[in-house]
Formats: sequence, structure tokens, C-alpha cells
Amino acid sequence: MNPCGESSCLSFALTLVWDKRENGEWQCTASWKTHSGSVWRVTWAHPEFGQVLASCSFDRTAAVWEEIVGESNDKQRGLSHWIKRTTLVDSRTSVTDVKFAPKHMGLMLATCSADGVVRIYEAPDVMNLSQWSLQHEISCKLSCSCISWNPSSSRAHPPMFAVGSDDSNVAYGGKVQIYEYNENTRKYSKAETLMTVTDAVHDIAFAPNLGRSFHVLAIATKDVRIFKLVPLRKESTAAGPTKFEVQIVAQFDNHNSQVWRVSWNITSTLLASSGDDGCVRLWKANYMENWKCTGILKGDGSPLTGSSGQPSAMNMVVGSSVQNSQNILNGMSAGS
Amino acid sequence: MEEVDVNPTVTNIPAIRHGKHMGFAWGPEDILVYETQFKASGPSLSGPGGSFIHKVRKDEDIHSPILRKLFNESHHIFVGLQTIKEDVPSKSKKPQFVSISRNYRSVIRACMEELQQVAVSTKDTEMATQYGNQVSILLAIELIWNLCEVLFIDAAPAGSLLLHLLDWVRLHNADADEKAKDVLQSDSPAEHHHYWDVVVSYVLQGRLEEARQMLAKQATRQPASRNMYKLMDGLLSKMPFYNPGGTQTLTEFDVKWRNWHEEVDRYLKDNSFSSNYHLELICKILVGDEDALLEQKELLSTWYHFLITRLLYCHPTVKPIELHYYAQSCLTMFLDSRSVQEPLDSILLAAFEFDIYLVIKDCSIVLNNWWFVAHLTDLLDHCKLLHSHNLNFGSNMREFLLIEYASGLFTHHSLWQCAVDYFDHCPELGRACLELQIERVPLDTERKALKVLRICEDRQMSEQVRSICKIMAMRALRNNRLGSALSWSIRAKDAAFATLISERFLQDYCTKGTFSDLDLIDNLGPAMLLSDRLTFLGKYREFHKLYGEKRFKEAAKLLLSLMTAKIAPRSFWMTLLTDALPLLEQKEVIFSADQTYELMYCLEELTSSLDTAAPGADSPMQEQDVEQTKVELLRLSLARNLAMAIVKEGTVDT
Repeated sequence: MNPCGESSCLSFALTLVWDKRENGEWQCTASWKTHSGSVWRVTWAHPEFGQVLASCSFDRTAAVWEEIVGESNDKQRGLSHWIKRTTLVDSRTSVTDVKFAPKHMGLMLATCSADGVVRIYEAPDVMNLSQWSLQHEISCKLSCSCISWNPSSSRAHPPMFAVGSDDSNVAYGGKVQIYEYNENTRKYSKAETLMTVTDAVHDIAFAPNLGRSFHVLAIATKDVRIFKLVPLRKESTAAGPTKFEVQIVAQFDNHNSQVWRVSWNITSTLLASSGDDGCVRLWKANYMENWKCTGILKGDGSPLTGSSGQPSAMNMVVGSSVQNSQNILNGMSAGS
Repeated sequence: MEEVDVNPTVTNIPAIRHGKHMGFAWGPEDILVYETQFKASGPSLSGPGGSFIHKVRKDEDIHSPILRKLFNESHHIFVGLQTIKEDVPSKSKKPQFVSISRNYRSVIRACMEELQQVAVSTKDTEMATQYGNQVSILLAIELIWNLCEVLFIDAAPAGSLLLHLLDWVRLHNADADEKAKDVLQSDSPAEHHHYWDVVVSYVLQGRLEEARQMLAKQATRQPASRNMYKLMDGLLSKMPFYNPGGTQTLTEFDVKWRNWHEEVDRYLKDNSFSSNYHLELICKILVGDEDALLEQKELLSTWYHFLITRLLYCHPTVKPIELHYYAQSCLTMFLDSRSVQEPLDSILLAAFEFDIYLVIKDCSIVLNNWWFVAHLTDLLDHCKLLHSHNLNFGSNMREFLLIEYASGLFTHHSLWQCAVDYFDHCPELGRACLELQIERVPLDTERKALKVLRICEDRQMSEQVRSICKIMAMRALRNNRLGSALSWSIRAKDAAFATLISERFLQDYCTKGTFSDLDLIDNLGPAMLLSDRLTFLGKYREFHKLYGEKRFKEAAKLLLSLMTAKIAPRSFWMTLLTDALPLLEQKEVIFSADQTYELMYCLEELTSSLDTAAPGADSPMQEQDVEQTKVELLRLSLARNLAMAIVKEGTVDT
């Protein structure tokens, strides 16, 4: 989710939740003030854990929220209530990203802060969301802007995450770092730094793993980049993190400006990116692994009409009430 | 041969101002975009931000009810194809494959006809255009598929090849028949302004019998030219056509054909038809005169018709490998400076060049939907026409395309079930993709969840089974539907969750005095053993049943065993002992002396542990009093029972 305007951190920051009803319509079921500063990101936990959200903010905290099913009247009116289960206050600077770990790791989340520290928390009892313990604190040396867990649940891959830095000093190379969990030391250690990424990184996303032996990572920086990380075979006696062969698979500067967000679809066949050029671009690979842009979404400022759809390859459904999937919007409150 | 390049499609989103930064999020079947106020630097913009979220969805086709039939029926055919036995050699399976190919094509045609009908009958011009577009696409698809069937699947050798290509052209050229109908229905067919068009069209398509019949009508009107017509009729009737089932070899046919060709040429050079423009034209066509053929561009309408006609009258024994020379030159000759080579032309050309990969690649790029390339590639693969590329994907092209197609199906609320079969037949990546996709199927109703579960259970996807059950259990628990939550957690074999829910049941009992969801608890069966707490719940309920049925001795025994076998949690013992009270107070002695001793022992164990526990400063004096009274009552009852039991057991019945 995108940050609100930077100069408005004094304003309240609201979080809104939308639910899809049985008749297919969307409705805003909750909106509430989550933090006292701009909310940078919000993320959902896996539905196995219930309806759980985490948010992180400029106010140096991250919070975990749970939906409480209200009275049946509320349900009919389409209202739900969210209560804060815990606030994570360990960071001394703005918390720039929060992500839940893949569900096979239990109820775990990672936060990263502007002071370059990644913290990993775990809720040992998944039924008690108020108890979180700080399991790992990792210093990345550069200010962090984004974090992404490797979603692979294969036993061949130890838990892994990637951290991106928005440090603008080009002299410090390697704005993306990969950390891997070591079963023996029970700690995360740095496995790889992508030295070729020297510009500020705004977003980072591992692709869903389809049982492949290698990993695919998308990076939003001054352009869109896709990397392939191939684990090199370890000798049985070798200790330490896996060594990777890093290949750049694609690099696109079509946005012609800073790219702020990258996100994969479920089957990792489509990558979407958004940039300062006001477009959302969709990228797809053919079976020979050649990546191409397959679609562009851009605002044209035309007024909203009542009809649905243009007869084109991408069809559009537009509603007059706000619609959403089970994701959250960051919005500015009306007064700001 | 270059790959077709198509620019990315641009979709405009209204109500988002141009140049404004857009945020987005992936939904299960779509992508959502919204306007943000984000600016990398400088003050944030004033004024209202965009208040809309737009849902953008690709591939409207899935939601068309007519096309859905296409997807459903082709799914049938697909599954049938996969079950053809592997051990039989490919050669003998050819007729089977051709028949399957024809099935696919007839499904396309049926769909096309339905769409055509709707396009014509609808009053909504926008819809009509849309339907019209879909019809054109299906037409193109069927054209390409048919050609692929002729060239790749049927793979006819020289001789038969041309005959099949002739069929192909005839099938896709309805104009001639339309005109013929008009002409024949008129009062005087020979005078109809389309008459000669029809005759020439027949000749161009090699339908000489029909051409002769048409000509006969003209012949009767022009008795003066009777000889000329008779001559033409003769030439037309004598043209040799190769008979694949016959005894004539290709070489023999070739000789015969050349003789006929020379004869026609002689008459042409003799000016036998020079006085009749039309007959001379027909004669030139029969001889294969290129210029004459090119003049008929309008009737031919396509370069591939031109190609087949040219081959028919110049080189009917054309071999498959020779096709591409003729194809390329015909395309060039046919397209003048005004017309541009369209993607369809490139695809057909690639087919004539027998470049299967290029055909598939170009079709993937040009066509919106993966349906065509996925099914065609699958069929070609079964014909063993695709050599497996070792791709970085770890899979091959067939799987890639099938997975693309099936993934698209997954977003549809009912077609997703068809998609499962496609994944099943992708040995390398199918399972992983299915696992990912099936977890995302919205579990709107219990029925749907059960459907999804059955699919996972059938395929031993135990992790997905567990996950789905857990999600449903969580949902039920949050909505306080304990029975549902319990049955889901039993199905998930989730002991921890089952324990949790059992606790909730027991808590409910303590507060309300009754059990909810009795049916479920009564019929737990072996599932009871999933967790200790669950076992206790089941057994406790059994106790109540026995009591209700006045089977007091059995009830008493069960109650005692719950404590002595440590099935009951210590926290519940007080409740159990309290439950024992009515049994102790009965006129008849129910608990034996030994049993009573055991009960007393339990009570003492319980009270001593309560004593040693630090007296809760929180628990009000009142509560402690109540507890104390209970304990005293119990002690009294137990003592009385013990007395009566000892007496009873000591009495000898005389």
C-alpha cells in the first residue's frame, strides 16, 4: 500500500476495511484511526489465524489488530469491529514495512525500520494475539524501506527474507539484502547482497514458489527489476548461509520514473508495478522466460460513466461505491 | 520468420486524473487500482483525492454464458484425450486423434453459430459488436485449427494433401454457396448478375460437377455456342482427381493429369473459347494461368484460397515440404501495396512452413484467451509432434499453456472445477499450481468448502485439507458456532484446536447448564480420541445420557472413571463431584463402598490442592463460602452413602 503524502504526518491516519457481501457488492465495514502518524503499510495474516491485520507507521510502532464479530444487528448493517491486540514499540524510528511470515512458520511477522533494524516477532499461542515475543533483531546497516518473506514452504528452503533500502547514497552498493535462517545457530544471517542494485529501493517482492528450486525476486527502484536466485549446492560440511547465483532476468524502465510498488499475482505469472508516471504496468513471461509488458493501466481523467466495460483485452468494471478485495486502503481523513 | 509483435494494451481508467500516482492490489481474479495523493517530493496536493477504487479484470470471455459451453465441452474432450492409452503406437491412433480434433472443431462451430444468432438478434449495438468480434475470433481459430489438423495431425502425403486442403478452403468460403442460392432461386438463373461469379467460384474451388450443372443452364440459352459449351463440359468432366483409396499410384495420376493439362492448354492456344470471355477465363483457370487467377481476387478473397487453387491447377501432387515455397509466393502475389500482412496471415504461413512452435507462439500472442493454444498444443503433444524443450521453467510448453489456461478458469465461480482436471494432467508443475490456487478459492459456503475439500482429499493434499478445515473452523469459532467449529477441527485432525473448542463447550455448560450441538457430541465416535479434552467432553455427555435414561449404576461408574482415569481435567472435578450428589442422595445405594472410598479420595485430593494453592485475593469471600459449603455437603453425602453401602454389602440375604 502506498504512503500518504509525506508532508502530512501531522494528520490522523485512518485505516479502512472493505468486505464483499454475498450479493457481490462491496461495503466499507470499518474505518478507524490506527496510528498517530502516517500509516505506511497494512497487511493481512493468513485466514487460518482468523481475521488479523498488522499495520506499521511513522509513529515508530507496529500494531496487530483482530476483528471481533459484533452483534447480529451490526452484521446486518455490515459493521465489524477491530480491536488492537498488541503494539510493538521496540523501534526507535519510523517502521517502514510489516509482513507476516508464511503460515507454515506459525504466526510470525517481520518489521523493518528507518534505522536499518529488522525485527521478527512470534506469537507462540496463535489463539492469544496479545502475546508476541521478539525473536530476532537484525541490523542491516542501511535504512530499510521494505521487506518480503520468501513464501516457499518447501523443506529444501530454509526461511528467508529480503530487505530493501531506500538509502539514496549511490556509493553504498547493494540496496537489497537476503537473509536466511540457520537451523544450527538458530539465527538469521546474511546470505546475499545484490550489489547491482545501487539506487533507492521502494518495494520488494518474492514470487510465489511453484515447487521450483530457485527463487524469483522483483524489485521496485528507479526501474522494475526481476532477479533469479539459484541456490548453489552446499557441501555437506559447509556451514553458513546458502550461496546463490544471482541472475538478472529482466529490467524495465518503461515507467521512466521511480517505481514504487511491485506485487505478484497468486501463481507468479504476472507482476504488477506502479510508478511516478501514473501507470500500473503488468509484466508477464512466456515459456521461454522472456518477460514483456502485457498491459498498462493509466488514468485518463475522463468522467465516470455508469456503463461497465470497454471491449478491449482488459475489461473494466467500475462501481460508484468504493469496492475492494480483502485488502486495506490507506486514506486521508476527510478533514486533512 | 519473425515473431508477431503486439504492443501492450492500454486500459484507461476513468476518474483517475492523468499522471496521478496509482496504487494497486491483486484480488483473486482481478486487480484493483486507486488514485493516491502520493508525490515523491514537494508538498502534497490539495483537493480531494480520488475516492474510487477500480476493479480491473482481464478476459471477459470466461463470464460469457455462451463461451462457457465451449469451456465445459472442450473440458470433456480434453479429459477423454488424456485417457487414451499410451502403449498403442501413435500411427494407429491417428484416426482417433483426427476424430478428437474434429470434436473440438465442432464445439467451436456450435459456439460460433450460437454467438452469431445472438449477435443478429440483439438490439444492443455495443453487445452486437462484441458478439461479432467474438465470432470473428472463433472463425479464425477454427480456420487455423482445421489447417493444423490437415497438415500436422492427419499429415496427409502428396496427393491426398491437396484434396484435404481443398476441403479446408471450401469449408471456409461460404460466399459461393450464398450466391449460388440466390442465383438458383431466381427466375432465370443464367441471367442473374451473380451467375458467372458462381460458376467461376465453383471452378476455383475445384467443384467441377457443380460448375458443369450451372453451365448447362447457360448452354441451353445459347444454342449458337453449343459446341463451345460441350467442349468445356468435356474438359471439366475429364479432369483427373487423385483417389487415395484407389489402385492408381501417384505417378500414374500425375501422368494422367499432365495429359489433361496439355489438352486444355491446346484448346486455349487454339482460341477455341476466344469468342466467349467467360469460358476463356475458365479455361485459363483450368490451365493454372497466374494472371487469370489473380484477376479473380475478389472471388478468391484470401491468399490461401489463391494458393490452393493455384496448386490444384498447377501442381496437384504437391508434397508437404514444398508447400511453403508456394505459400510465401502466393501471399506476396496476392497482397498488393495497399494491404498489409495481418497476424492471421503470419500464423497460416507458419503452418504451411510446418513450424508448429511459431504457430503456437504467434497464436498465444495474438489471441486473448489461452483456450485455443492450450488445447491444440495438448493434442499435438499427444500426437508426439512436440519435442519437449527443456525449459528453465522445469516444464514444457504444453504444461505452460495448460496451466495458463486453467489458472484463468480458476477465477470463475463454477468453471474452477474443470480447471482441476487440467492441473491433474500436468505432471511437473500441475500439483504445485493446484495447491496454490485451491487455497485461494473463496469458501463462501460450507457446501463449496466441502467440494474443495473433497478435491484435496482425493489428491492427498493433506496440507491444504488441514488449512481449509482450519480456516472454516476459525470462522465458525469467531461466529460462536461451536458445533461447526468442532466438526471442522476434527476433520483437520487439529488436536489443539479441538481441545480449545471442547473447553468452550464445557465452559458453556458450566454457565448455561446445557450443552449445545448435542447431536455432534453424541456421534463423535472414534474422533473423540483426537484430544483428551474432546474425549472428556464426549464421555461427560455420555454420563448425562446414562443419567437421563436412569441407568444410574452405569452412570456412576462412568463418572468415577472420569476422575480416576484422569480423563477429566482437575478444574472440572468439582463439577463432577457435584454431579455425583444426586446419585448419592438416591434412596437406593448406587455407589458401592469401594467406589465411595474412591470418591472421597478424589474429594480430598481436590480440596488439598485447593488449599495449597494461594488463597486468591481476588475471589470474593462469598465464593469461598459457597465452595466450602459444597465441600461440606459432599462430605456429608459421601459419608451417608458409605454407611448405607457398607450396610448393604454386609447384609446377607436370607
